[in-house]
Amino acid sequence: MSIQLPAIDPAIVARRDRVIDALRSLVPDGVLADPVSLRAYECDGFSAYRQPPLVVVLPEDTAQVAAVLRYCSAEGIKVVPRGSGTSLSGGALPLGDAVLLGMSRFNRILEVDYDAGVAVVQPGVTNLAVTRAVEHRGMYYAPDPSSQIACSIGGNVAENSGGVHCLKYGLTTNNVLGVEFVLMNGEVVRLGGRALEPQGLDLLGVVVGSEGLLGVVTEVTVRLLPKPAATQAMLIGFRSVEDAGQCVADVIGAGIIPAGMEMMDAPAIRAAEEFVHAGYPLDVAALLIVEVDGPPAECEHLTGEISALARARGCASLRVSRDEEERLKFWAGRKAAFPAVGRIAADYICMDGTIPRRRLPEVLSRMTELSRKYGLAVANVFHAGDGNLHPLILYDAAESDQLERAEQFGNDILRACVEVGGVLTGEHGVGIEKRDLMPVMFGETDLAHQERLKCAFDPAQLLNPGKVFPTLHRCAELGRVHVHAGALPHPDLPRF
Amino acid sequence: MDSPAIVPATPAELAAAVTEACATGIALEVVGGGTKRGIGRPDRQTRVLSTARFDGVVDYDPSELVLTVRAGTALGAIERLLAEHGQMLSFEPLLTGASGTIGGAVAAGLAGPRRVSAGNVRDHVLGFSAVSGRGECFVAGGRVVKNVTGFDLPKLVCGSWGQLAVLTEVTLKVVPRPRCTLTLWRGGLDEARALQAMRMALGSQAAVAAAAHLPARPDLWPAAEAWPTAEGGATASDEGAVTLFRLEGFGPSVEARAATLAQTLGATLGRLTDSGADLLWSLLRQTRVLEGRGDALWRVVTGADPLAACSGLRALGARYWLDWAGGVVHARVPVTVPGPLVRELARRSGGHALLLDAPRDYRLHTPARQQEEGALAALARQVRLAFDPAQILDPRRFEEASS
Repeated sequence: MSIQLPAIDPAIVARRDRVIDALRSLVPDGVLADPVSLRAYECDGFSAYRQPPLVVVLPEDTAQVAAVLRYCSAEGIKVVPRGSGTSLSGGALPLGDAVLLGMSRFNRILEVDYDAGVAVVQPGVTNLAVTRAVEHRGMYYAPDPSSQIACSIGGNVAENSGGVHCLKYGLTTNNVLGVEFVLMNGEVVRLGGRALEPQGLDLLGVVVGSEGLLGVVTEVTVRLLPKPAATQAMLIGFRSVEDAGQCVADVIGAGIIPAGMEMMDAPAIRAAEEFVHAGYPLDVAALLIVEVDGPPAECEHLTGEISALARARGCASLRVSRDEEERLKFWAGRKAAFPAVGRIAADYICMDGTIPRRRLPEVLSRMTELSRKYGLAVANVFHAGDGNLHPLILYDAAESDQLERAEQFGNDILRACVEVGGVLTGEHGVGIEKRDLMPVMFGETDLAHQERLKCAFDPAQLLNPGKVFPTLHRCAELGRVHVHAGALPHPDLPRF
Repeated sequence: MDSPAIVPATPAELAAAVTEACATGIALEVVGGGTKRGIGRPDRQTRVLSTARFDGVVDYDPSELVLTVRAGTALGAIERLLAEHGQMLSFEPLLTGASGTIGGAVAAGLAGPRRVSAGNVRDHVLGFSAVSGRGECFVAGGRVVKNVTGFDLPKLVCGSWGQLAVLTEVTLKVVPRPRCTLTLWRGGLDEARALQAMRMALGSQAAVAAAAHLPARPDLWPAAEAWPTAEGGATASDEGAVTLFRLEGFGPSVEARAATLAQTLGATLGRLTDSGADLLWSLLRQTRVLEGRGDALWRVVTGADPLAACSGLRALGARYWLDWAGGVVHARVPVTVPGPLVRELARRSGGHALLLDAPRDYRLHTPARQQEEGALAALARQVRLAFDPAQILDPRRFEEASS
């Protein structure tokens, strides 16, 4: 395994029985300690890396969460929070000396104010369940990560999840009004709320996307939107990736922000078509799936303008959905892209980086070079509207060093993303997967400023260790205004 | 302060100035265009740190919807550049006067009317470069919209009033300028019904961009030409209070949505002329809807109960108008009303209050902003110290003067 996990503290493991007993007194019916149960939690969606936790605790209310964190603080025990465990970057990867804090019992929708367009939900509620609960009143929750059937709102907050429609409707951070948040010392705070401007610092803004490093979310207030009256999809084929990319630029340049704009390259199109037979053209180099929504007059106008732009750009094929059934069919292949690719390879890793859209052809040809270098195939799915790229690297874990080559291939792709002015991760988060690449994007001083924020929330650094930051400095060290040259203090303390 | 302003030309010079301030203990007040110097305690014994030389566009790609610009660049120049490419800043920064800078707009974090549909200032800041209170240059965020790499520090500096770091460069998400804009109005609604109408409008298929409610009593309005003039000659003032709904987008869509809005509200809606609408929304952006009379201008951000804020203000003898469909109330409150009373009614509505302007004496004894409270106060203090351990970035701005 090329990604190092933090060393397990044997002293904690030795106290395991006492820890279990203490946790059972705090959460009487929610402690799992047997090996079989622990194995169910040993990894998340980043399944190449697994480690059973010390113990699993499943609290059912905020008071229990606060009590568990207070206890762990007092005992110096690490905590790894977990929503649905769908993270693709190892955000919920347990540690052998850490308590795995599962939020799945927080599964209720607490309050909905339809007039104000606001819902208060518990973090274990799935993303799609929020929409399902309010759709009878013609409303919905806009951020729609592809795992929305399973992923939890709390996890969405931790990762600042996106999805196809974030082009028009924003990411989780643009749709969350407030959270109830428990700090590592057991203190319960409320960040944000119904007011549209924060009273002091926008602490809510840094908590969203903080990947479980700053605290545990126990309640989320989200913005609901009226469901658009009409939605239409367009399937546009191009003979080159350049043409497809240029069409995207044309649409944005014309002042149109569609609800979603996705691109698939030839390998992804072929895999998807073989799997679900959505009717995708197989003779194109790139396919654009564009969605527009709003009142019918708006959709009609937009599909007309986008069609004209696509034709002017020399598209090879163009279809506009005539009804809901056809719209869903257009999306079927894109939605099945990952499992479709999963059929043609023993294993695959899904990368996630964002680039300025105009650099896509360059990044794709770099990927072709890398594919040759590492001897592994790659298919691409691209959130064309916002430059978020998902290369799917195919490999076979059974073959000796293919996982390692796939990881290095992935890392090289991310380096290329940063080189062209992009970022390491657009929606999956850093987790452990991209942790060691953080210095590619941020200098030491940049990282130090982020790490000090961590110290402000969690000075003992017990929350989700081993994630996001490659070298988590001790807080006292970061606190000094001038870094002294010479030996680091406490040389005997483990650093990872 | 007698000392002249510090006017660094580069991030390195700015960092040196901050390091020097850490050594001498003399606090720094960051000034861009100086349009918001009236917000905060007077006579803070600070030295001015000017961003005047951090001027200019660093990178602009319209088709990427991303603009990177130095923090001291005037908003006017930015808006002109964006307009040339059919784009704009969607959050309509508030109180920018003639000389406001983008750095100031981000640091103040005050958004105008379109915030209610398009998001706040913080929803459009993608990344920045700055010098922290530690005298260190650092970057955060990125230059793309879809970015979850590391902590979202851009959210934190928005609305931090120059107390965490001095911005040198900002990367913003820009959006297309709408092809058509249409402002519809309804007259004579009392507050409760206006709030209900604005909420219904926002929840409808009309995709309303902005919604505001202006009080009756025309004698309070600045000048006759500022009155909404309706097509067909009628003046909105004839109808008492005025509730405004702004629609934006493509022509055919705007027309269809205007019909939808009228249907949703069950009423005929007047249409403002383009110039009348422009003037009115501009007054809202500069908080100049009601002229001052030696009173205090408060910005009350409401929570779940805006009506409570309105009745509270009325009881205090305040004149006010609503924006953000009731999400914010700007009020001219007599200076005989102590700050805590205004803050209490804001709290009862579920929100808080910012003092935008008042006579000097009032400002001396009334903190302009009430920062974090309760359990949050300790946490926020740790966060502030993380960026400014020596506390030299205008720490007293929102304190009350000791008598």
